[in-house]
Amino acid sequence: MKVEQISVFLENKAGRLAEVTRVLGEAGINIRALSLADTTDFGILRLIVDQYDRAREVLKQKGFTVGKTEVVAVEVPDRPGGLALVLQALAAAGINVEYMYAFVQHSGKNAVIIFRFDNLEDAINLLQKQGIHIYTGEEVYRL
Amino acid sequence: MIRDAFYETMPREDLEALQLRRLQAVGERVYHLVPFYRRRMDELGVKPEHIRTLEDLQLLPFTTKQDIRDNYPYGMFAAPLDQIVRIHASSGTTGKPTPVAYTSRDLDTWSELMARTLAAAGAHRADIIHNAYGYGLFTGGLGFHYGAERLGATVIPVSGGQTRRQIMLLQDFGPTVLTCTPSFALYLAEVGQEMGVDFPHLKLRVGVFGAEPWTDGMRTEIENRLGLDALDIYGLSEIMGPGVSVECIEAKNGLHLFEDHFLPEIVDPATLSPLPPGEIGELVITTLTREAFPLLRYRTRDLTSLNKAPCQCGRTICRMSRLRGRSDDMLIIRGVNVFPSQIESVLMEIPGVAPHYQLIVSREGQLDNLEVQVEVDETTFSDEVKQLQALTQKIQKQIKDYLTVSVKVKLVEPRSIPRSEGKAQRVIDLRQQ
Ligand SMILES: [Zn+2]
Repeated sequence: MKVEQISVFLENKAGRLAEVTRVLGEAGINIRALSLADTTDFGILRLIVDQYDRAREVLKQKGFTVGKTEVVAVEVPDRPGGLALVLQALAAAGINVEYMYAFVQHSGKNAVIIFRFDNLEDAINLLQKQGIHIYTGEEVYRL
Repeated sequence: MIRDAFYETMPREDLEALQLRRLQAVGERVYHLVPFYRRRMDELGVKPEHIRTLEDLQLLPFTTKQDIRDNYPYGMFAAPLDQIVRIHASSGTTGKPTPVAYTSRDLDTWSELMARTLAAAGAHRADIIHNAYGYGLFTGGLGFHYGAERLGATVIPVSGGQTRRQIMLLQDFGPTVLTCTPSFALYLAEVGQEMGVDFPHLKLRVGVFGAEPWTDGMRTEIENRLGLDALDIYGLSEIMGPGVSVECIEAKNGLHLFEDHFLPEIVDPATLSPLPPGEIGELVITTLTREAFPLLRYRTRDLTSLNKAPCQCGRTICRMSRLRGRSDDMLIIRGVNVFPSQIESVLMEIPGVAPHYQLIVSREGQLDNLEVQVEVDETTFSDEVKQLQALTQKIQKQIKDYLTVSVKVKLVEPRSIPRSEGKAQRVIDLRQQ
């Protein structure tokens, strides 16, 4: 039920993001989803890729600081109010969303949203109880 | 052990009276025998008879290493060559060495002070001293050698180099005291480990390490790996050589400075005004008994503080803290003196913060800005922005608490701070460009 996410520390310097995508591209790694959290001094790039271990290895070789986080990939109905439904369920249970971002590709008719929770297990239990579909890591990497 | 209780535990009043008498004699000596000092004192309008109290020290001129270089080779000698029995020299990082001369009485004093030093480290007649300081122009080897002989101990004059051979001697001759630089002590530990030597089971009991700055972290490592008590010693060839100050084995808390022979001051390196006891500044030393090479207010460039409180060992002579860096590295940020070593020690206390940092000083209008760049490694990195911001705020707050200076902390990617073979360039000062 959990998806492994890579995070990369980036200085706010021109070309750093491009460098990450170039390194991954040259290693034949596909980026499935991506989000960049930006501050005035630095950025944190979050990535879901098809080859997690290999991506970590090549980025570390190039001197990047690489972190690992477990996130959840949730299928959200692609219609008005679809995301609101999921967020309301989480809020009602007091589960805090640290951040979230959308998957590049759709799965059939529906959108895939990556969620980062403080309390991963509680969140997964709640979403499953609500009948909301969660992707396994394998499914996500193949999307 | 206190070798000379009369001088080392003298009531401070008596000590200061002795220092004044000796200072007056030095003033006379340099004014009449060293043209350089006569010129400097005349320029300041000060005569030897103006020295009436110890505070009058401040009337006297400072001396820098450059002054000694300008009078190369023999211009600073205060004794004729027929009375000089030895010349040592400190290595100049640029160009010519700095020569230092000794009369036979100077050598006698030095031997005595080195015997006191070794006694403070707990060494005695029955000890075997493995002396791995370099013998030669450098004062380390011969300084320890004559001190050990004066003490009546057995000295093995190994000098530097031939590490494996040294380890064989440490095993076979069974020395109880090791004297060398702290980095060589660690090197001995490493090579010995490769050779399968069990250091804690050798007879080594105590080490007296100096001639380069080292930290308490290094002390713990040396003590654990070599199985001995590691003590810090301070000295510099311009002043005499090793034996200016040493830690006592009882307290290991500050280096006792032999104040009957050296008059210390701590000054602000920027303004040269004296700082109160306890504050960190540049150590300035006036030699009180040197015949061939007396120096007035010699600027050591070493940063330390002085503590005049009595020590548990019984000595009343003051203690200097372990060296905090070099005054040449000092930055003045909005009027506050900042030493890179202080920033380093703050960073070292924050878990996970890598030891690689760089200080960037710039000026915006009339305001100095200090940016501390810290590399983010995997232990400090987080995928959450707020965690990294909390880290920068924590570092900023700790630096502010410790240095009273507001800095900007910037997290940078690993290896973005240039590494060099020798010393890392810690400071980039854009104000001078
Ligand atoms: Zn003591």
